[in-house]
Amino acid sequence: MTDVRETLPPTGSVAPRALPLRTRIALFTRLLAIQGAWNYEILLGNGIGYCVEPALRLLPGGVGGRRYRQALARQSRYFNAHPYLAAIAVGALARVELDELPPNRIERFRTALCGPLGSVGDRLVWAGWLPFCSLLALVAFGMGVGATGVLLLFLGLYNAGHLALRAWGLRVGWRHGMNVATALGTPVLRYGPEHIARAAAFVAGIGLPLALYRIIGPGRALLGGVLVAVAIGGFVLARLHGRAEGWRIAFGVLAAFVLVSVAR
Amino acid sequence: MTPGELIAFAALGGVLGLDVVSFPQAMWSRPIVAATLGGALAGDVASGLLIGATLELIALETLPFGASRYPEWGSASVVGGVLAAGQAQGAGTLTLAVLGALATASVGGWTMVMLRRLNARWARNTLPAREAGERGAVIGVQMAGIAADLVRGMLLTALALAALTPIARAAVATWGVDARLSRAVVVGLALTVALGAVWKIFHSTRGALWFFGAGLLLAVAVLA
Repeated sequence: MTDVRETLPPTGSVAPRALPLRTRIALFTRLLAIQGAWNYEILLGNGIGYCVEPALRLLPGGVGGRRYRQALARQSRYFNAHPYLAAIAVGALARVELDELPPNRIERFRTALCGPLGSVGDRLVWAGWLPFCSLLALVAFGMGVGATGVLLLFLGLYNAGHLALRAWGLRVGWRHGMNVATALGTPVLRYGPEHIARAAAFVAGIGLPLALYRIIGPGRALLGGVLVAVAIGGFVLARLHGRAEGWRIAFGVLAAFVLVSVAR
Repeated sequence: MTPGELIAFAALGGVLGLDVVSFPQAMWSRPIVAATLGGALAGDVASGLLIGATLELIALETLPFGASRYPEWGSASVVGGVLAAGQAQGAGTLTLAVLGALATASVGGWTMVMLRRLNARWARNTLPAREAGERGAVIGVQMAGIAADLVRGMLLTALALAALTPIARAAVATWGVDARLSRAVVVGLALTVALGAVWKIFHSTRGALWFFGAGLLLAVAVLA
């Protein structure tokens, strides 16, 4: 096995040479399963250890060595982050472990990484990129695009962003190590959520009516009534923000409607 | 539905349910994908896409933030797609398929909570080994979680389809409401949830309302 210590600087302040390709591939593919053991006690903790593990094999003593075991134990404790942006943490933590920084520094750094990687990722992906791609797929559906086209558009676009974000995160995390906070200041993370939200709002304006028109089919005769009901219902749901979930209300109303429809 | 078909649907539901959290979160668990694939496997891709789009409108509301409990759309959408494609076609087909998917999504959300507790127990039981830095313990907990999630999705899909298919078939046969009204109620509810979701997600973004309005005008122009 290659001893990458020969290629690494002693601290996280200087750009390192590349990790072996096999290790980089292992880190990236494991990132896709980072939430495999997600739980209410250590959250993403075990997943971080699982993802960093291929890099830890490069520590002196290799797999099973004292440094490997100490690092793996440290990296498998409690951790919280957005699953995609956890790539930044995995890259940075792999770097500081292979730089053999003092354990207490690594632990403090690890703790400090949790908060920002969660909130930034939630706004960028769950409340931005995902709804945008979803609404764009609804636009395509509403315009009569077939199943294959809709699926290719949605999965292709979403995962182009998704995989690029994970790959970028791993790369900047590894490159910056302890100084990875600078990567969180990149314009994509700072201003991206707002721009994506505006684009998604625009696409929502197009997509919702088009999807309605295609789904309603024979019910078009009742379109006027539907639009009035949707406007009132949407207003009520907005007013109930945080106190009721729309899908539960829809579930209840739909169940009642089915009972009436079957009983008639 | 033959046992072979049920196994195939369950396998699809398991794989797509796995995508929700555990692996790889590539969003093939989103309703517009999962229901379409379910419908395709049942032999009617168009019905799958139709119910997928309807469920996608409802799922816009679901933001999978961390520890929050949310509906499990992957397996549920497969159930919806199969119900829409496989049962006797009638006025209530779309309504019943959406209702079946919502019921499954709700139960699926509960099963995910149970899985997270099981994962916590496994993590607790292996704590001494993980604290000793044992590779097998860390990888074992991860693999056990992924395998359990796959089984969870498969069982959920199989049980939901086994229970809901005969009910849906019987309900379609006795459906007493006009097809136009049935369709209007479903799409009206889905769009209401979607509108509430769009407001919830974007209302705090400066200028978002104007962008939404511009999009709306464009849509009206396209439809006119």
